[in-house]
Amino acid sequence: MNVAELAKILDAKVLNPEADTAKEVKSGYVCDLLSWVMAKGAPGTAWITVMNHMNVIAVATLLDMACVILPENIDIGEETLSRATEEDIPVLCSGKTSYELAGLLFAQGIPNPVK
Amino acid sequence: MPLIAEVFEVKKDDFVSAGEVSAKIKRTLKKLGVDSAVLRRISVCSYEVELNLVIHSLGGTIDFSVDQDGVTLLVKDCGPGIPDLNLAMREGWSTAPESVRTMGFGAGMGLPNMKRNADEFDIQSTVGVGTEILMKFHLK
Ligand SMILES: Nc1ncnc2c1ncn2[C@@H]1O[C@H](COP(=O)(O)OP(=O)(O)OP(=O)(O)O)[C@@H](O)[C@H]1O
Ligand SMILES: [Mg+2]
Repeated sequence: MNVAELAKILDAKVLNPEADTAKEVKSGYVCDLLSWVMAKGAPGTAWITVMNHMNVIAVATLLDMACVILPENIDIGEETLSRATEEDIPVLCSGKTSYELAGLLFAQGIPNPVK
Repeated sequence: MPLIAEVFEVKKDDFVSAGEVSAKIKRTLKKLGVDSAVLRRISVCSYEVELNLVIHSLGGTIDFSVDQDGVTLLVKDCGPGIPDLNLAMREGWSTAPESVRTMGFGAGMGLPNMKRNADEFDIQSTVGVGTEILMKFHLK
């Protein structure tokens, strides 16, 4: 499944459609502690987090993640979003909670990240 | 003779540019054709060490070099130093202030992440002087 297809399933909006939404989603993860994500995240991970600052994009970029998903309609600043676009990281935003989003990913058979 | 040798300065509390040194290092190594799995390990280490300089140190430098044998990150700061290295290396141990914990820092995972991802890892610290971390990554 790619990021665009995942966005549809999650009823999420891609905030920067200029970024590559054809990227394959290989795994899912939910965590708001950045170093914890650094330890567990992997290439192709769809990362659900309530954090919406620049360092989220840095972590997603350094690990070659598929996308970042913001739950509960959390907004992201203009500057952070344009960095995400520069780094080709799609940022999705949904009205659902992290719990619901993870449940939907899980139901699609998307596994935990594999290092 | 190193193929690449660069020194990056990292300032205390500079959250605006935090992560930029790691992004530059990644870009440079990607151009050199470094394997993506090795590149990710280097990125984890450079990012963790860079953020520790921003959050915990009074400022420092990341000395980045590449030669035939591999990639080296030599990181030095001007204090305050770490009183107990065994404690600092423990997963979950952190002195990060509340202000940065609300941003998602302070899991106490940075140093353990570096140790796990570097092929060689060495840390020395003297209170009142500073901390020095050496990390090496072998290139096949
Ligand atoms: N350059 C440094 N100067 C002084 N103290 C440091 C430095 N780097 C790390 N420390 C100390 O070691 C502790 C553990 O560092 P580590 O990177 O493992 O966790 P953290 O930075 O607190 O949280 P995280 O990295 O998970 O966001 C820090 O909380 C701090 O007390
Ligand atoms: Mg740290």
